[in-house]
Amino acid sequence: MDSVYKHSPAWNVSWLFIFLAGFSLFFSDIEIISLEPWQELKRLFMGLLTPDWSNLSEIGEAFLQTLAFAILGVAGGSFIGFLLAQIFHWRWIQISCAFIRAIHELFWALIFLQIFGLHPLTGLLAIGLPYAATFAKVYAEILEEGDKSALQAVSRDASRISTFFYARLPDLWEHFKSYTSYRLECGLRSSAILGFVGLPTLGYTLSSAFMEGHYSVVWALLLLFYLLIATIRYWVRPALLPLYIIAAPFIIANDSTISFDNVQRFFTEDIIPTPIMRGESLSESWHWLSDLLINQALPGIANTVVLTQVALVASGILTLLFFPLISTHFFKPAGRTLGHVLLVILRTTPEYILAYILLQLWGPSMLPAIVALALHNGAIIGHLIGRYSTEIQLRVDASRGLNRYLYELLPRLYGQFLAFLFYRWEIIMRESAILGILGIATLGFYIDSSIQELHFDKAMILIFITALLNVLVDTLSRYLRAKLRLRTNVDCRASNDYCTAKE
Amino acid sequence: MKFKIFISLLFSALILFSNIAFSASPKTLVFSAIPDQDETRLKQRFGDVAKYLEKELGIPVKYVPVKSYAAVVTAFRNKQVQLAWFGGLSGVQARLKVPGSQAIAQGVEDPKFHTYIIANHTTGLKESDEFPKGVAGKTFTFGSKGSTSGRLMPQYYIEKAMDEKVDKVFKRVGFSGNHSKTIALVQSGAYEVGAVNFKVWEKEVKEGKVDTKKVSLIWKTPAYPDYQWTIRGDVDKEWGKGFTKKVQAALLNLKDPELLGRFPRSGFIEAKNADFQPILDTAKSIGIID
Repeated sequence: MDSVYKHSPAWNVSWLFIFLAGFSLFFSDIEIISLEPWQELKRLFMGLLTPDWSNLSEIGEAFLQTLAFAILGVAGGSFIGFLLAQIFHWRWIQISCAFIRAIHELFWALIFLQIFGLHPLTGLLAIGLPYAATFAKVYAEILEEGDKSALQAVSRDASRISTFFYARLPDLWEHFKSYTSYRLECGLRSSAILGFVGLPTLGYTLSSAFMEGHYSVVWALLLLFYLLIATIRYWVRPALLPLYIIAAPFIIANDSTISFDNVQRFFTEDIIPTPIMRGESLSESWHWLSDLLINQALPGIANTVVLTQVALVASGILTLLFFPLISTHFFKPAGRTLGHVLLVILRTTPEYILAYILLQLWGPSMLPAIVALALHNGAIIGHLIGRYSTEIQLRVDASRGLNRYLYELLPRLYGQFLAFLFYRWEIIMRESAILGILGIATLGFYIDSSIQELHFDKAMILIFITALLNVLVDTLSRYLRAKLRLRTNVDCRASNDYCTAKE
Repeated sequence: MKFKIFISLLFSALILFSNIAFSASPKTLVFSAIPDQDETRLKQRFGDVAKYLEKELGIPVKYVPVKSYAAVVTAFRNKQVQLAWFGGLSGVQARLKVPGSQAIAQGVEDPKFHTYIIANHTTGLKESDEFPKGVAGKTFTFGSKGSTSGRLMPQYYIEKAMDEKVDKVFKRVGFSGNHSKTIALVQSGAYEVGAVNFKVWEKEVKEGKVDTKKVSLIWKTPAYPDYQWTIRGDVDKEWGKGFTKKVQAALLNLKDPELLGRFPRSGFIEAKNADFQPILDTAKSIGIID
């Protein structure tokens, strides 16, 4: 029987993604490897009950470093990003920014470690560079989409600078401010995880404590980190920022030196492919490259894509489960508070740390990575969708419970939900790649291995491939959003939510 | 916005300032060591060694902790560290990257170093002189990716005995990160079999940190050279002629059992670059060094 009813494109795309994820799941490795994972989980929770603050000077130092790197990195990134936003209409600026953004902070840190070693510049650039590229894009979007009515009233003779300050900035200031402060929160997370590759921030102490199973120390660090992020609006004040920015360089300064020779050597020796350095023949060079592509890049790409697709759909499912927890349509204030606490904890914990914790418990299969990515991203989007749902006015006699969820709210929120999810797609892929450093065979695993073996030429090619993959997913996501007509509305809060979803 | 620009200018000025202030030539000798065991105690482990060297050499000496083997090599290469306690492989890599640098001292045990292959009790594998081929199909963990005793040598001997690449021999191959972690993972059963530095194993067994009912030694690799102190070739220029010899003498004179226990070694003896040729050859045959 032919049906006249046609499924919506959103329906089709959703099932396509679910089907792809199911297919990917078939190829993924989701075994729990540890023999006694629950034993370890029990120890982890015992640690929560007995947080160990005894080593306060070390913990304090780690936090100061984390803060200082985050503040300077984000401040520098926002300044450069702001300048770039003015010329963001230049195609090559857009392309370079997309490319820089596509490389995760941790990969940047691994690169800069080779050039500047333990000098603080490594951490500053690892945060500042990708953040500048993101700021450039979002600031440019804010400039583009913001209210231009004041601009039209300005005399033609007014200079560009005064036009900007008098006709544009007052309208856009709130957007800039709230997005920048949101990015500072991201910066704190980035700064924290840079410790995993050796910067003196939170991740350094955290991963060491974890390595040795000192869970009481782990919780002391994590609890303090939650507190720091939860109170961000109290200690980040415009009036205090100059103070922080002045103090920060003194905190991160150390006595290691940088020399131009190292920079030069990196670009003229380290990253030049070995066969070229040695002047080997074309066939030998091809052999070298194909060996790298077949044995490292291809399996890395395959695993990264598999992990991304499964984690994306899992994030979507969790979002749909999470958002009612904070929605006025389902829970009373007391229940919603609990929901908020759960979501805040999940989205505050960097997915890298979440994955690290689960890996320690279950062993290095894809399962911990999938769960970590889904929990973190599900909590972020769940939070946004939950807030949107609250704004929906239902009729007094609207159905309740499951019917309300399925027939009243879900259809109204689905477009928004898909849009947010597609924004996270690229981010999930970037994270999937980076989680390889923890031992899952995604691209990050091969990049880290090359660096550990001091084959920087191979590492750079693999990082380049990772970036390309990201740009590809970003483009695909933009195409799908356009196709499904998932549009952003540009009131201040909505655009901020989109930024939150994006980065 | 002016406010913001002001902040940003200030920020750039400060960065510049901090760079100038800290790029003044350091008279402090900076050393580092590969993070091969318990990473929470690196500072305690080597901080006292720095104090000892400071006393012996009469110049300020500082220890900087790093997170990975490769990072020590990089710091050494970038001149941010002038002296390092390397493993066999990281030392060879470092000396290849920094021509003129020299291996000056090694532990008494290092010319004849071993890797222990250890197994969880559930595997039923027992200690043998022959390579235990029963490890095939089990899960297996190395230590760090850049480790000699935790990766290079066990990989070489396993591939030699089994005549197959490690990822074909085992059901799953992981990298625990360091030797203490390898022992913990095999003991907990997260991995069934693992490769561990014999000195770390013996130390942790002696300290009662290992439950030998759950994890035990099943095979010992043939001997190979491992850890050594390596110093940059340009230190004599910085601290005066004969400085290398002075550092070497200080290390060879290190007799305090407490300090030696940090490595853990029973003493230090002379070393030279050629001692580590076997490591270079093995690394080349496995493809870690082209």
